[in-house]
Amino acid sequence: MAALELSAVAVSKYFGGVCAVDKVTFTVRKGEIVSVIGPNGAGKTSLLNLISGFFRPDSGAILLGEVNITRRRPSEIARLGVARTFQNIALFTGLTVLDNILLGRHVHMRAGLVASLVFLGPARDEQIAHRARAEEIIEFLKLDDVRKQPIAALPYGLRKRVELGRALALEPKVLLLDEPMGGMNQEEKEDIARFILDINAEWDTTIILIEHDMGVVMDISDRVAVLDHGRKIAEGSPKEVQQDPAVLKAYLGRGVTTATGGR
Amino acid sequence: MSAEVTLPALLRRNSLTTPGRTAMREKRRGIWRPLTWRDYWQAVHDFASGLAAIGFRRGDKLSVIGDNRPRLYMAQIAAQCLGGIAVPVYQDSIAAELVFVLEHAEVAVVVAEDQEQVDKILSLRDRLPRLRLLVYDNPLGLAQYNVPFLRAFDEIDEEGRKFADAHPGYVEAELGKGTPDDIALLVYTSGTTGRSKGVMLSHANLIASGEALAASEDIRASEEWLCYLPMAWVGDALYSTVMSLLVGFTCNCPESPRTLLRDLRELGPTAFLGPPRIWENLLTSVQVKAADATPLKRKIFEIFRDLAARAELRRSDGRPLPPLMRLGLAVGDVLVFGPVRDQLGLGRVRWAYTGGAPLGPDAFRFFRSFGINLKQIYGVTELCGVTSVQPDSEADPNTVGRMCRGIDVQIASNGEVLVRSPGAFRGYYRELNETQAALTEHGWLRTGDAGFVDSRGHLVVIDRAKDVGKLADGSPFAPQYLENKLKFSPYINEAVTFGDTRAFVAAMIAINFETVGKWAERRGIAYTSFQDLSAHPAVRALVRDEVQRCNASLPTAARVRRFLLLNKELDADDNEITRTRKVRRRFIAEKYNAVIEALYGGASNVDLVTDITFEDGRKTTIRSSVPIENAEGITEGLMEPAHA
Repeated sequence: MAALELSAVAVSKYFGGVCAVDKVTFTVRKGEIVSVIGPNGAGKTSLLNLISGFFRPDSGAILLGEVNITRRRPSEIARLGVARTFQNIALFTGLTVLDNILLGRHVHMRAGLVASLVFLGPARDEQIAHRARAEEIIEFLKLDDVRKQPIAALPYGLRKRVELGRALALEPKVLLLDEPMGGMNQEEKEDIARFILDINAEWDTTIILIEHDMGVVMDISDRVAVLDHGRKIAEGSPKEVQQDPAVLKAYLGRGVTTATGGR
Repeated sequence: MSAEVTLPALLRRNSLTTPGRTAMREKRRGIWRPLTWRDYWQAVHDFASGLAAIGFRRGDKLSVIGDNRPRLYMAQIAAQCLGGIAVPVYQDSIAAELVFVLEHAEVAVVVAEDQEQVDKILSLRDRLPRLRLLVYDNPLGLAQYNVPFLRAFDEIDEEGRKFADAHPGYVEAELGKGTPDDIALLVYTSGTTGRSKGVMLSHANLIASGEALAASEDIRASEEWLCYLPMAWVGDALYSTVMSLLVGFTCNCPESPRTLLRDLRELGPTAFLGPPRIWENLLTSVQVKAADATPLKRKIFEIFRDLAARAELRRSDGRPLPPLMRLGLAVGDVLVFGPVRDQLGLGRVRWAYTGGAPLGPDAFRFFRSFGINLKQIYGVTELCGVTSVQPDSEADPNTVGRMCRGIDVQIASNGEVLVRSPGAFRGYYRELNETQAALTEHGWLRTGDAGFVDSRGHLVVIDRAKDVGKLADGSPFAPQYLENKLKFSPYINEAVTFGDTRAFVAAMIAINFETVGKWAERRGIAYTSFQDLSAHPAVRALVRDEVQRCNASLPTAARVRRFLLLNKELDADDNEITRTRKVRRRFIAEKYNAVIEALYGGASNVDLVTDITFEDGRKTTIRSSVPIENAEGITEGLMEPAHA
């Protein structure tokens, strides 16, 4: 069995009296694709925000490998190898696709201000290396025809793909994807699903995915965790989860348990 | 006459005479990366050695499938080095077509561009018992595949270098055994009737054809050529391989089909060949940009465009241009024509060709009037794609030019164009009867096209000879001629006409989804799909106007009287057109039999049930009731006497 990549141990998060994440324990092994599903407001995005350091948990701990990242700042967690995309696209709309992806290289940039201004020797070599990496990602995600276009000129589906590219530019060990296929048509979804599988296979990147399209989730996930009202109610292989009575109840309502007594 | 008798020998020659010149460029990750003739030969040598190491023998066949990548070109020449035969296949072929070609040609090695193509071949593996090796160029996504006969291009090269160390001079010796009559290329024709046939072209055929073209045109070693046409089309083989090797010019592979227009502009090729579709797209892009410009710029554009059009008409009539017009053109070249040529990426083009199908006279004259030396060429696969070309001073949208040097034409009594050429093929692979049927007893090739030679000595092609028929009243009916006239409309993408033995001409028309869509948007017409847009009354009226405009230039008998708008585009995946977008007439006549009867039966509506095949082979059915339109102004004779 592969080593643990990421573990959340009994993490909780409250907003006032509302418990968004309730003592969730959740582990991901190296190289896995794990999906987090659940009805709206189940706490999926909150869980991702806890992992990436956007929120600090009120209790519990989060470990990246052996390293405790519970109280780290988002920038430190990013440097440790956790990248994410957002449910609502967060790109610089005035910059080009290439520039946005290069921004994802930020954590790897070492040259100081003066060296960069002079743009000689190491600073220049570094810039070339970053550009090469960005171009590799552009090729991978088939963004070559729009690399010099500003984000503002791109349709929604392509923007989502650019955001994925920016996250990849960080060369993450763990990639957190918050609804990467939201609002896409079937063909676009299949493209993204293929990219996710290729990222996982090509770079051995561990992927945690929030997605509403059950077909995609069941197709590409190694394991699925189900949240409802902030609690983890099930976890297992896609098949196990599909047949779990608690999951059916959360998704289809109370009536199911009594078969005929629907309200 | 070239001293070298085979294509790989030409490559060897170039690597010795001009080793440091650029033979190819490939745009990868945003950068054009050059490759010299020495590099080209070395890469071919490595891969050929690798093929030899796995037991590739004389007469074995190697297929390439993918977009234009240097390694696919190299693999073909490597196979030819060893006396093998290259069999390029269309990269968008569906499974059934691929199986037919790979199996019929007994292909031993397939070189695929990427994962998509590898997946396609692997899915057919059980039906391809002769396939020994599948090589991929781009390894992306293929790391986890565990298939023994699937190998990376780099691996084969590596093995090749080891083999070459152990057997020095092996590839050179095999190359030396090559004779001009060896088959170099097996090109499968797209076949508008029945299944496709493998056209066998020898090294001598290809080199002689290249020399015939080079003798008729000013083609230089400094040429920059963009490789973007499908590799399975003989036209690409002729320019990207034969002409490049013969003359020594540079081939440039774009980054991907998506970046083609951008790469075209970056590169600025000096020579360009495009089917009419490409030219129409370029023209549309110019028109769209002009319409979006500021009023002042738009006005300037229109003034000079009209001036250029008038000048072009005078020139084609052979009348001299008045001095004031010359002055205007000089100003226009600075303000409008030059910038437009530059935007299109055609600023450096010395010769540009259109071929494969007729290009509308308006589009043709537009490019010429803007200073692009666009000319018509004509060639069939069986003649290596070289037959005739227009001299610079005799460009004309109605002809296909003069015969190239060493190529003769005559017209058979039934109007069919017959050609005699040193480039004439060595027969259809494993089809002796078909081969004999294609040649006259004196060895002339029956092109299958109907045409004539005009007073200037230019060949004019009208239609496929077997499609030319007669209306019930005896007047001639040339379906493709009519269809092309209809397709000159920017709103009509495809048309199929009927009329042989019938009382009048009827047509099925597929709208151009893009241009009609834009037209609808400008008028605030909402639509959801192709089917929806086609059925809109305003769109039907729009197309009716276009049909009437087309009718106005036709003799009364040949006019389209009734037509309908199809609820889907004609698609090669549905077998309705070929991969080179030629209408499969007989297939359509069967498939749409009920529709045709409705067109002639006087009905006002017909139920159109259409099967659609998706790229992955899945099928679905769409059905709708489609109204039949009468072209206005013609009312008599709409009802045909009932058929027996």
